[in-house]
Amino acid sequence: MRLETQTGNGAPRIGVYVCHCGTNIAGMVDVKALTAYAATLPGVAVAREYKYMCSDPGQALIRSDIAEHRLNRVVVAACSPLLHEHTFRGAVEAAGLNPYYFQMVSIRELDSWVHTDPAEATRKAKDLVRAAVQRVILHKPLETRSVPVNPNVLVVGGGIAGIHAALTMANAGKHVYLVEREPTIGGHMAKFDKTFPTLDCAACILTPKMTAVGTHPNITLWTYSEVEKVEGYVGNYRVTVKRHPRYIIEDLCVGCQECIEACVYKEARVPDEFNLGLGKRKPIYLPFPQAVPLLVVIDPETCIEFKSGKCKKTCVEACGERGAIDFTQRERTEEIEVGAIILATGFKTFDARRIPYYGYGVYKNVYTALEVERLINAAGPTGGEVVLRDGRKPERVGIIHCVGSRDEHYNIYCSRVCCMFSIKLAHLIRERTGAEVYNFYIDIRTPGKGFEEFYRRVLEEGVHFIRGKVAQVSDWATSPEEEGKLIIQVEDTLAGMIRRIPVDMVVLSGALEPQADAEAVRRLFNISCSTEGWFLERHPKLAPVSTFTDGIFLAGACQGPKDIPDSVAQAGAAAAEALALVDAGRIALEPNTAYVVADDCSGCKTCIPLCPYRAIAFNGQTAKAEITEALCKGCGVCVAACPSGAIRQHLFEDAEIFAEIAGVLAAQA
Amino acid sequence: MDGPHKEQPAHGPAGTGWEPTIVAFFCTWCTYTAADLAGTSRLKYPPHARVIRVMCSGRVDPQFVVEAFARGADGVLIGGCHPGDCHYQEGNYKTLRRVALLRRVLGEMGIEDGRLRLEWISASEGEKVARVITEMVETLRALGPLALPARRAAWDAEVAPGTVEAVPAAAAGGER
Amino acid sequence: MAQSGKPRVAFYWCASCGGCEEAVVDLAEDILGVVEAADIAFWPVALDVKRRDLEGLADGSLAAAFINGAIRTAEQEEMAHLLRRKAQLLIAFGACAHLGGVPALANLWDRAAIFRKVYEDAPSVVNEQGTRPQEVVPVDGERLTLPAFRDTVRALNQVVDVDYYLPGCPPTPKIIKEALEAILSGRLPPRGSVLAPDVALCEQCPLKDTKPEQLLLKEFRRPHEVLIDPKTCLLAQGILCLGPATRGGCEALCPRAHMPCTGCFGPTSRVVDVGAKMISAVASMVDATDPQAAEAILNTIPDPVGTFYRYSLAASRLRRRIQTPPPEAVRAQAAGG
Repeated sequence: MRLETQTGNGAPRIGVYVCHCGTNIAGMVDVKALTAYAATLPGVAVAREYKYMCSDPGQALIRSDIAEHRLNRVVVAACSPLLHEHTFRGAVEAAGLNPYYFQMVSIRELDSWVHTDPAEATRKAKDLVRAAVQRVILHKPLETRSVPVNPNVLVVGGGIAGIHAALTMANAGKHVYLVEREPTIGGHMAKFDKTFPTLDCAACILTPKMTAVGTHPNITLWTYSEVEKVEGYVGNYRVTVKRHPRYIIEDLCVGCQECIEACVYKEARVPDEFNLGLGKRKPIYLPFPQAVPLLVVIDPETCIEFKSGKCKKTCVEACGERGAIDFTQRERTEEIEVGAIILATGFKTFDARRIPYYGYGVYKNVYTALEVERLINAAGPTGGEVVLRDGRKPERVGIIHCVGSRDEHYNIYCSRVCCMFSIKLAHLIRERTGAEVYNFYIDIRTPGKGFEEFYRRVLEEGVHFIRGKVAQVSDWATSPEEEGKLIIQVEDTLAGMIRRIPVDMVVLSGALEPQADAEAVRRLFNISCSTEGWFLERHPKLAPVSTFTDGIFLAGACQGPKDIPDSVAQAGAAAAEALALVDAGRIALEPNTAYVVADDCSGCKTCIPLCPYRAIAFNGQTAKAEITEALCKGCGVCVAACPSGAIRQHLFEDAEIFAEIAGVLAAQA
Repeated sequence: MDGPHKEQPAHGPAGTGWEPTIVAFFCTWCTYTAADLAGTSRLKYPPHARVIRVMCSGRVDPQFVVEAFARGADGVLIGGCHPGDCHYQEGNYKTLRRVALLRRVLGEMGIEDGRLRLEWISASEGEKVARVITEMVETLRALGPLALPARRAAWDAEVAPGTVEAVPAAAAGGER
Repeated sequence: MAQSGKPRVAFYWCASCGGCEEAVVDLAEDILGVVEAADIAFWPVALDVKRRDLEGLADGSLAAAFINGAIRTAEQEEMAHLLRRKAQLLIAFGACAHLGGVPALANLWDRAAIFRKVYEDAPSVVNEQGTRPQEVVPVDGERLTLPAFRDTVRALNQVVDVDYYLPGCPPTPKIIKEALEAILSGRLPPRGSVLAPDVALCEQCPLKDTKPEQLLLKEFRRPHEVLIDPKTCLLAQGILCLGPATRGGCEALCPRAHMPCTGCFGPTSRVVDVGAKMISAVASMVDATDPQAAEAILNTIPDPVGTFYRYSLAASRLRRRIQTPPPEAVRAQAAGG
């Protein structure tokens, strides 16, 4: 029977370091008793406690002990290893010891923060420390391996976050692939008229950036395209992109739109997606005048040629010699290799139909805030006129906040931007129509730069703010002045009364929600979602744009509701993280790979089909399994499966885990 | 263990201070991260579980489970990513199948079903970590001690004293 | 040393079927070599030497004692201790001494259940008084004694210290011969070793090459349910062969005879609990990701304990089926422990 007790560097001399983490740990775990206990464990040469182990003096303590007490193993009992394992490995390494002669114990997240009985929390900490001490004795020195990083990057989503991230990295000289599902980039921001709180025109600030993307030599822009498959790992992702057919040859179309003019449909009849159905388009169309790329699209669902094959094809005639129209185009796929990926897939707006008592879809003059943005927009379906469906100018407008936000029936979170865009719309509607505007709010949230000032300004302009959750929107008139109006029934919680406010137009400020396919996208990129469905960041404070999958970063509202400045700032942060990664040229990978001990392997092939990365191959010459370290991601599935124990895993050796089991249970024996 | 957990009424066998011990194998990417989230969220749950971190629930060898029972665990909890979410694509499917087969063996060995629990807990489900551990403690209190070390001592009372229980060397890590 | 100057050895059987004794005889002419090199001082199955003769020998005067069979009775336990004292080397001979073997599958029941089955419930038994074997029976003024029947079947090393293990059900002539040569020449591996290769059986299996690299199974089949193709890996035919988890050294006797390996050589040194390990490997091979589908496939394996712990239940980490609820003594210890 073979047991690996060989320590590789002499008899174990372990240093155990217990962190107080201020009172985070010390307030619940008796750190003095824990340290005294650790000192009694076999192999422990030094045990100390300190206020903040991760601080410079804390790390210096470890380094000087390694030198002075000739320590060859270190255990730190502190916060989560996911937070600081790296830090302490660095300290161990700085003292000239292999960084893997180290084991970290979480006595904060797994102990002091979740328990209420100091005696029990201390007992648990002792068990965990004992396990780590028994485990670290078996640790071996390991080499980190590094692999080259592909310098190209992928940005998924061409809204303002994706655009900004792509430009930042392209300007830094990286080749960027920007993949957008819609026919044009621009995202939600391209639909806005003015932006709060400064009221600068969204198009004026966005379109130059869109153009820059379209013309940047370092950006490959694929719109009307979706990521289909992601393989590989940090620094070396292989991505398959599905490109939907536009039925337009991109290199030949110049965006002159003569084909649209010439279409056999004299009138536009198809509801226009970009204008949320408020306007109409033809089967061949340009999403909006400043679209990037400036290319028309043919919608095969409504195009006569696709439906009957008998169209006169006046569009092809109009295109003439350019010959940019191609009805035979098929979906195609592109394969690219990138080192890092930024997800900027954005959000969707709340479907106001889900709240029947607000009358959206029932009463034609109930609009969503985004529809009103399009009405206000000079390039919108009404040329910037805020008019009702019958063309009248509204004289009284009610804006309902928190539609689908802060509501346990829909979404409990605050969507962050609705107060501000509601106040902005109130101002713009009043500016355009002179209407009386009423805002119905639960709380006004204006914590951003210049937000409160903007709110005060709009208050002073005479916009009404009524504090209360609207109970109902109806057309049930109970008095002559309510006739022909929509009545907003609300409890005014400041005045302490139920009010009925008759208006011509109701605007619903809907919640921001995760994209409908967020779950599928999350799986595609192997990242996590929060319970609400937003992409989950690695750490809410210290790694807010990273994910749990190395090399994949988040930007914009796909991570949670955000306004434009925050989306742009996060896009810059994500770009910086991605740049730091690809600029390093090489990336160190955790050495926790699996390996086959050739002498022990019987060649039974049990492991071969189990590896999702095809890292295990059967060598016909030796009749044994072999693991290609560069392909192994260190999950350990094959290690657990090997029926004769011939496969092992660095850092997660059987003996190490058995030592941990024995350690946590020593009190039970 | 000595002394009841003061933070909750002891529902253990009447008149004893016994409380269950759980060994929990959590995958780094989902369940361990969720346990961290439970911590940062300051959720409270009973202190009976001892977490051992592995990269993937697929690293959990059924040997670890029987070893934990043999060394005195009253329950073993395995936490992994939800099906389809495995950070390593398919590791948790192996776990699922191993646990299914192991469960049958444990059942024949008289070890009740509730002592081995496999849970899919994603990185955002901190509350599920707290809930599952809380539930499991209740289940184990109702089942009572498994106490295999004590049982072995009782079994071995029928043979000459002084006989050491042979621990396979491969599992003797930490025993010196 | 005997008067002949040759080292003296002893053979003894405990809870066994006699197959291990057969295996010694199966050495054929090679046994002459053993007799030439050593004196057999004690071998109840073949020589009329009594226990008191063994007790009369000086402690440590035997070079080696080979014990086959599991430990079920008080007498077997006593003999194990006696031979341990008399022999410099104690060798667990065969799967039962090594791991508990097939007799240890009785650990799924306790003594009371076994006695009830054997002395009352078995179809051919007539025992209206419910008579049970007694450890002491007065007969004509004399006391007849029977050895106590223990509740738990044990491997040899759970009763006495064991120096070496000879695996197999029974050990094959080849490994017996090699072990004898090693012992008699003193060229022995570290104490506690199993005297067989430390690589799984597949390495020696002639069918190895026919196993596909990407083998995933949709059902498990038992040898009587299929016409076994003698030229194809049994696992590839859906037959649960334990070769991948079992120590080699038998030259793949069973697969050569178109039968799956059932694991009699026990695990390699790197495996702690061979049943759990094989469960891990077998479940990994199942071609299903859906829980119900996976269970349906796994349910085509009847009797998982008998399948995966056929020879090793006594030596497994769980050792035996437990009583629920636990005995009072256990509760008290758990509460105070």
